[in-house]
Amino acid sequence: MLIAVTSSGDSLDSLVNEKFGRCQYFIIVNADTMKYEVVPNPAENAQGGAGPKAAEVLVNKGVNVLLTGHVGDKAEEALKKGHIHIITGLNENTKIADAIKFYLSKK
Amino acid sequence: MVISIASGKGGTGKTTVACGLASVTNNCVYIDCDVEEPNGHILLKPKITLEESSYKIIPKINNDLCNFCNKCTEVCEFNALLNFKTEIYLIDELCHSCGACTYFCPQKAITEVKKENGKIRIGETSDNILFYDAYLKVGEASAAPLIKKVKNAYKGDGPIIIDSPPGTSCSMLEAVKDSDFCILVTESTPFGFNDLKLAINVLRQINIPYGIVINKYDENFSLLDEYIHDNQLNLLLRIPFRMDIAESYSKGELPTETVKDYKVMMLDLLEKIKKEIVKKEYA
Amino acid sequence: MPDKHYKQIVILSGKGGTGKTTVATALSEIAEAKVVIDTDVDAANMHLVFDYYINSEYDYYGGKKAEINSDKCTQCGICESVCRFDAIKEFKVSRTSCEGCGFCFRVCPDDAISFYESKSGVYSECELEDQSKFYYAQLLAGEGNSGKLVSEIKKKAYEQVKENVKWIIIDGPPGIGCPVNASLSGVDFVVIVTEPTQSGLHDLKRLINLLKIFKIPSGVIINKYDINTDMSNSIEKFIRPEGISLLAKIPFDKKFIKAIQNSKSIIEYDHAYIDTFKTIWNDIQKVILN
Repeated sequence: MLIAVTSSGDSLDSLVNEKFGRCQYFIIVNADTMKYEVVPNPAENAQGGAGPKAAEVLVNKGVNVLLTGHVGDKAEEALKKGHIHIITGLNENTKIADAIKFYLSKK
Repeated sequence: MVISIASGKGGTGKTTVACGLASVTNNCVYIDCDVEEPNGHILLKPKITLEESSYKIIPKINNDLCNFCNKCTEVCEFNALLNFKTEIYLIDELCHSCGACTYFCPQKAITEVKKENGKIRIGETSDNILFYDAYLKVGEASAAPLIKKVKNAYKGDGPIIIDSPPGTSCSMLEAVKDSDFCILVTESTPFGFNDLKLAINVLRQINIPYGIVINKYDENFSLLDEYIHDNQLNLLLRIPFRMDIAESYSKGELPTETVKDYKVMMLDLLEKIKKEIVKKEYA
Repeated sequence: MPDKHYKQIVILSGKGGTGKTTVATALSEIAEAKVVIDTDVDAANMHLVFDYYINSEYDYYGGKKAEINSDKCTQCGICESVCRFDAIKEFKVSRTSCEGCGFCFRVCPDDAISFYESKSGVYSECELEDQSKFYYAQLLAGEGNSGKLVSEIKKKAYEQVKENVKWIIIDGPPGIGCPVNASLSGVDFVVIVTEPTQSGLHDLKRLINLLKIFKIPSGVIINKYDINTDMSNSIEKFIRPEGISLLAKIPFDKKFIKAIQNSKSIIEYDHAYIDTFKTIWNDIQKVILN
């Protein structure tokens, strides 16, 4: 299972970025191997439609679950279309590694 | 003759003045272009004779013909198209209907289809005012295409009064452009004053002659009068702040019918504007 | 997972002129540990009543514009034939009508059109007297894409939000369109300021429909309620079954106008209103934290 977290930095120690569409990075963790990939968000500075564009990236990476602060309605539409399960409510005081741990412990 | 009424700041009394003016203009057509929150119908109380859906054009991708070359997502400046590798997905609220994706698709896999973005209503009031308004579908991002549609719904050459949305951005621009004259309704506050200047800026950019109506006028707020005087702007009318006007409006009444001398003010305003338009034609 | 350390409130109205900015300003002054954002980017007004100091100003690039280079143009007219926004006439692009779609730029056989990021507004990062951060923006005349500017100014505010901030208070745009959608993202609660008029009720209903799509809880303040108590009661009756709380009913008072005319907030102009708005603020906090 691939879990994506919106991030302000490029490591597991980085802090969560609350905004989905315009975060700096996605950290994508393979829950089975615990290996991870850092993907810079191409939509960070997009003119418009940043959320959907960011969704496109995650869908094409085969992400199954997204952990983030909040997601706009158009991005939500795109993520659902791409069969990604969305978990919102994360806050920016949390480290990426902790967010992943917490999610897995709750499953 | 096309007269638009705009304001910059919301709540200055634009719709009240627009409807008041319509009620004293013979055989006129009133078009409510505030498609997000249309209110003209409350004051004019038209009998609606036709209500129809309005559509914007969006692309439809045939995923069988598509080879996922990404040309469409590349040419879309609004990021409305997403390539999910097994299908091209459209976020239609972001689509500006420019037609580029359809044109540039090398596989000719895109056709254009209609998507409802609101509704247009046509009616008539008991004073024989021909009435048009439109409602933008809640959640729809862009008002301008619907504003354009509702303006074009009337094809005749009677005098037209256009009630513009508030603000100074592209919705207001779409409503007022191509009008012969624009009435800017402001109010005796720094907010009204600030936003009046923004609205004047827009009108100057598109070369539309304008005049100013100060609604809820309060002589204690002199900045506005001074600005108008110093810049030799065209002050058309001062409507004093009065509780009877406010109360009548709150009940959804048209002040020309219920408030003493409001009708006279509107007739006065109409005459002044007719003169302005004649001036422009001879200029 | 710990909750984020602040709550976001946006003040909306649907209809213009109900007193949204007045209420937003008053609540901003009562609230402590806050960040204030004016997202009415078409006609920003909060800065006219605040005492503030500008720290930085940023240019906003909302979209692209096309421009035809007359030296290279062979006047074939293909650009005009594809432009759906009537922006090209006599081989010139009208800046105000240009939607920034790039179609003409891509279709021109002579490469005679340039297509570039165009400045469409400015936004400012400021500080209020109590050192709280305050942000406001202004779209340039006739420009579109207000929604994106709203998102941008919010993003700037989030980037700079300090640990001790408990509230982000947002003065929202009028209407129900794109900039309102943008102001709603990430918001915990909406304060709707309405007025007791037919138009006010009509627009309130449209706004509430929008908030249902976003699933954000809200409360209503009926401003100038005693201008028409029947209408005020109608509004109360309408919101109750919708699960929307009535936060306050504020009577009409000429002092509100006088305050604005003197470029002051209502609280600054008449300290008696401190209690009024403290009560409202406490009630809002109660509703949010439940």
